[in-house]
Amino acid sequence: MAYEGGGDRGKAERFRAAALPYLDDVYTLARYLLRNTADAEDAAQECYLRAFRHFETFRGGPIKPWLLAILRNVCRAEYARRGALAAVVDNVDEAENKADGLWNEAQHSPETETLHRLDGENMQRLITQLPAVFRETIVLREVNDLSYREIADVTGVPVGTVMSRLARARELLRAAWLAEEKDS
Amino acid sequence: MTCDEAEVMLHALIDDELDAGHAREVETHAAGCARCAAQLASYRDLRQALRGGNLRHMAPASLRRSIDRAVPSTAATDRRTLLKGFALGGLLSAAAAASVMLVVVREDRDQRILSEAISAHLRSLQADHLTDVLSTDQHTVKPWFNGRIDLAPPVIDLAGQGFTLIGGRLDFIDGKSVAVIVYRRRVHVINLFVTQGVGMSLPGPKMETVQGFNIRRWTDQGLNMLAVSDINREELDEFGNKFEEAARAARAS
Repeated sequence: MAYEGGGDRGKAERFRAAALPYLDDVYTLARYLLRNTADAEDAAQECYLRAFRHFETFRGGPIKPWLLAILRNVCRAEYARRGALAAVVDNVDEAENKADGLWNEAQHSPETETLHRLDGENMQRLITQLPAVFRETIVLREVNDLSYREIADVTGVPVGTVMSRLARARELLRAAWLAEEKDS
Repeated sequence: MTCDEAEVMLHALIDDELDAGHAREVETHAAGCARCAAQLASYRDLRQALRGGNLRHMAPASLRRSIDRAVPSTAATDRRTLLKGFALGGLLSAAAAASVMLVVVREDRDQRILSEAISAHLRSLQADHLTDVLSTDQHTVKPWFNGRIDLAPPVIDLAGQGFTLIGGRLDFIDGKSVAVIVYRRRVHVINLFVTQGVGMSLPGPKMETVQGFNIRRWTDQGLNMLAVSDINREELDEFGNKFEEAARAARAS
């Protein structure tokens, strides 16, 4: 922890140059995790303040996963504040089981199905409706463009779990998409 | 390769996460299996739609400005400003100045210890370095610290009380080696930092919330204990109470 003015200034400049280019990524993940614009802005701001305070502990390498891990922690604190943490955590098993059902069901779907392009807004809505664990995994992969290893680090689970969550997230998304096609 | 394997692997294939050998295996399987081939095609379509769907949100300019403004001013300038105020004020006696200095510096150190404990907690969750010794057996974890650190941390099995011991590790706080005992409560990790009792000794437990994490500090037989976790305040306090109870019982027996 540096108290010298020069050191702090140098740190602030290094931090800006390294971290600010990823603000859209941080804000995007916050939007999908919290599903609310004002909360997402607060979370992104808190994420950058924390990241700056702990910038010494950043060990180099890509900074984007490090920032997203901090953002995710901020969002979890926000869930706790909303009193929804228990619901989010305890529903993981249930969500994964429920996903299992859809997953199996989809195996029998016709092979010739083609998925038509939904506009961005509808696609965002479908992602937003996914259960939390799948939502964060697919957003980290498809929107934030993280590798499996990076997603594993950010979410604190093994790579195998990332793979199975991603498979289920896509299955759910595909099923939701098909359902929408049928309705339209 | 079976269909079950292929179903998970095909995601890794479209994500470019497979080495050449495995990629070939999945492709070979799909070439001979209409169902897996259809899945692969369908997920490639989905992928394309996601990529083309403009799913990113742009951070509002006001947010960018407000972060930009906040960053340089969050540096630890408070103490400096205060000391400057001192030098200019010149109204306080040297003794009063010294005592204020002491308080400021101590609080500073206290904050630093808390913030370093949280950093260590975050690092432990993010860097694949949660434990150096991985065991749910207190008789394995406790001796592991022998010779590695100059204190004997109390390692207590609290599985019966809902807190699973998962191991121990060494970490650094305030420039000193500390013993860390790691517990799990459901999916939450509790890092219990144990240091030699100087600088943070307190009467009775003290609960705090820093950066969204809960912290419970107490002293035990001259050792300073500091538990950090994202579990809620009540549960962390319960953890501390159970730990203290069990430590007392262990000493009495």
